[in-house]
Amino acid sequence: MSATTAPAGADQVSAPPPTELAAGEHRRTLLGSTVQSVLAVVVALVLGGLLIAVTDEKVRDAAGYFFARPGDTLSAMWTAASSAYVAMFHGAVYNPSGATFADRIYPFTETLTVATPLILAGLGVALAFRAGLFNIGAQGQILVGATLAAWVGFSWHLPAGIHLIAVVAAGALGGAVWGGIVGLVKARTGAHEVILTIMLNYVALNLVAWLLTLPSFQREGSSNPISPAVDGTAMFPKLLGEHFRLHWGFALAVLATVAVAWLLHRSTVGFELRAVGANPRAARTAGISVTRGFVVVMLLAGLLAGLAGTAQVSGTEHSLTAGVAASFGFDAITVALLGRSTPWGTFFAGILYGAFRAGGVTMQSMTGTNIDIVLVVQSLIVLFVALPPLFTFAVRRSRASTHSQEAA
Amino acid sequence: MQLRLRDVTKKFGDFTANDRVDLTVEPHQIHCLLGENGAGKSTLMNVLYGLYEPTSGTVEIDGEPVAFSGPGDAMAAGIGMVHQHFMLIPVFTVAENVALGHESTRGASLDLATTRARIREISQRYGFAVDPDAVVEDLPVGVQQRVEIIKALVRDAEVLILDEPTAVLTPRETDELLAIMRQLRDGGTSIVFISHKLREVRAVSDVITVIRRGRVVGRVGPETSTDELAALMVGRDVSLTVDKTPALATGAALEVRDLTVVGDNGVVLLDGVDFDVAPGEILAVAGVQGNGQTELTRALVGLEERVTGSVRLDGHELTGLRTRDVLARGVGFVPEDRSTDGLVGSFSVAENLVLDRCHERSFAAGPSLRLGAIAQHAGSEVAEYDIRAGSVDSPVATLSGGNQQKVVIARELGRPLKLFVASQPTRGVDVGSIEFIHERIVAERDKGTAVLIVSTELDEVYALADRIAVFFHGRLMGIVGPDTPREALGRMMAGEPAESVLPAAPWDHAGDDDAAAPGTLSGGTDRGTTNPLPPTAAPPTPSEPTSPTGRTAPADRHEGNPTA
Repeated sequence: MSATTAPAGADQVSAPPPTELAAGEHRRTLLGSTVQSVLAVVVALVLGGLLIAVTDEKVRDAAGYFFARPGDTLSAMWTAASSAYVAMFHGAVYNPSGATFADRIYPFTETLTVATPLILAGLGVALAFRAGLFNIGAQGQILVGATLAAWVGFSWHLPAGIHLIAVVAAGALGGAVWGGIVGLVKARTGAHEVILTIMLNYVALNLVAWLLTLPSFQREGSSNPISPAVDGTAMFPKLLGEHFRLHWGFALAVLATVAVAWLLHRSTVGFELRAVGANPRAARTAGISVTRGFVVVMLLAGLLAGLAGTAQVSGTEHSLTAGVAASFGFDAITVALLGRSTPWGTFFAGILYGAFRAGGVTMQSMTGTNIDIVLVVQSLIVLFVALPPLFTFAVRRSRASTHSQEAA
Repeated sequence: MQLRLRDVTKKFGDFTANDRVDLTVEPHQIHCLLGENGAGKSTLMNVLYGLYEPTSGTVEIDGEPVAFSGPGDAMAAGIGMVHQHFMLIPVFTVAENVALGHESTRGASLDLATTRARIREISQRYGFAVDPDAVVEDLPVGVQQRVEIIKALVRDAEVLILDEPTAVLTPRETDELLAIMRQLRDGGTSIVFISHKLREVRAVSDVITVIRRGRVVGRVGPETSTDELAALMVGRDVSLTVDKTPALATGAALEVRDLTVVGDNGVVLLDGVDFDVAPGEILAVAGVQGNGQTELTRALVGLEERVTGSVRLDGHELTGLRTRDVLARGVGFVPEDRSTDGLVGSFSVAENLVLDRCHERSFAAGPSLRLGAIAQHAGSEVAEYDIRAGSVDSPVATLSGGNQQKVVIARELGRPLKLFVASQPTRGVDVGSIEFIHERIVAERDKGTAVLIVSTELDEVYALADRIAVFFHGRLMGIVGPDTPREALGRMMAGEPAESVLPAAPWDHAGDDDAAAPGTLSGGTDRGTTNPLPPTAAPPTPSEPTSPTGRTAPADRHEGNPTA
């Protein structure tokens, strides 16, 4: 021990010690308050609306004679933005022009369908966050989970019920192994989980692409990289009847949310994981194995992502392709961020992102607004979620500079 | 330059750290700010140095109000600060450190020659003996501190703030620092000296301002007696000596043999240490910070990686066990730094009170936490230890230092123990809590628990110890009686073995075989390397503090309580 790390000081009754502050600052970026999340969404939607407006053709036409009749431009802007968002709402929540009640609520069930893998993978990312790990690897974990689930789904032929259970277990196992590798390597060698998970994402993607070239994984009579369809017994039953795509995978997501909430707040394992995440040194001093915590949390995070892969294979896609995970693994990170790494926060953030995805398609087809605007809004949300610490920093700086001017 | 703080108030939320403090530092003056830990001294200096903005009140230089927005402004105005934690870059040379942030350049290249010359000049004028080309990490702590002082002087500081400068120094280095301070004053620099150590304060100050709970409670001269100062500081007559009966120590609960700890960089941090602690005995480890005491405590509970030697508790080997298993064998551990190692700041008081106990049957049913039981436990501990918290669900980081420490102590003493290890048990804790914590530790001893206390505060060591062990550079300099004079301990802390400081040091009863056969040095597990027991010394029972050499300067001991 050198002098530079010498005594932690006196006179710190007033303010918490510096290490506390630093740790707190860090956590606030991850957890923060619900208010901040809601604000982030609202501000992002407003900015997105502006963007829709200025890229709209009618708005541009009206802007040509802006100084003659500025009202035209403004009303065109309002029409463009509001009609786009209304279309998105119709596509994501409730379609008033539907013929039957089922048609009218169909969009919302679509939202929940899309939200299912987002929630499951998001929970995995959130759980790892809480233990202090930045799990970028949900994408790879989804893929490996989906691969195993699909393989059990199309190559094993088991009785109804048992088959589905086997598929879910296989998906969970695949994800858990892929996540567990990260935990194990990190615990053993101290390698950084961000690097490990990013690299394992590539490994998983290429592994799936290669598997799909093998005869045992290729659909009969097709040279496309697509696996045989899974057996009917391996599929999640529809939750609300055949009219909707919504399947029991969503119920699994709800169940997983409850389970993660219990794990984090009411179990000894969760207590230890949170301690490891919040202050690994104190956790270690209290006899909690930090390295074991890394392995456990990455196993669980991978398991949840694996379930997301299962939901894709057994719920909506019914076969394995290299694109089965879409970008759910990466969206899961933003979902967990927006959900402040709490189980229910992640749940609702997942539904919101599901709504963006489901509604974006309708928006594009109805108003011609490019679906990429949804991506912009999503990105802005993340930006604003991450912004508060940046904002406080900026305020502090500007305050400091005013002071120095006063002093001068 | 005259520096004045006029009616400065600083609040953190509801907490008033400084309450209308008025303070004038005249030129050519050593002005001491005396107060307990947590009295608000550092907050006040951070206001002065521009790190905090006062809630109300002003800082004035020569009668003109100034507003600093940061240390840069304060430095420019001629105020220099030497922090308790040095702000030096260990791998840089002295000159590079001094030049940092203040570099003179020739074109694009760094011009260190000017800085070197300035360092030599200052060094010569005040007799600092600092080589500008030495790498900082190779320098002793006392010299590093001088580098900090040079940094301030190079920037033409007229007022120098020294924040608890002696906390990391040996007694000899302290005396040297005091001499330097006098020289600086005579050379025209005014000094604000922050301390809670009465001896130093009386030795060097021209004016003493006493602060308690954020308020100025007295402004006195250095001729004021220590008991008057102590009374001012703590607001009542305080007894740092805990009422305790002599230890009834027999046998050894904890046996440490040839314990060696090697750091990550291959440096030997703890070097072949042997000692015993009897059940119902407090062994206090004294020594300047960074001489292996921290590593000793961490090694005992299995937190150090590279450990050799043996640690036995009631005959069972502890080395090689995981920390959880060590704790489960009845070891309570209070780490040195509560905020980094002892508590999870964002966790509630209740959660922190079971941080190392969440698997116990009373707090968990299988994998499930018994939240009701945890809350109930927290309620009773908070009441028993008088922990002042908004509620047991408040994050522990919102508590004051003293109350945070009580949470750690309550947790560790809250289960049946065979060994209690506490490092700096009362650092940064208010006086009332210190007394309370000391009483608890003695009560634990009286239950028959072996207790090992590490403290850099000699007053604490004297208050608690049944025997005193002194460490220097990772080696045990010897174990001596509780009445060993301060001066003798100081020499041991600076590296003199006990046998050369005291003619006979009969207090090390490491290994009962020694006690049985005092004529042999090589009995049983004893290596004879660090054991200061002379072959002829008779082993008296530790319950009789009758060391003939131990009473040469008793008046120097309890600074805070000369009546003891």
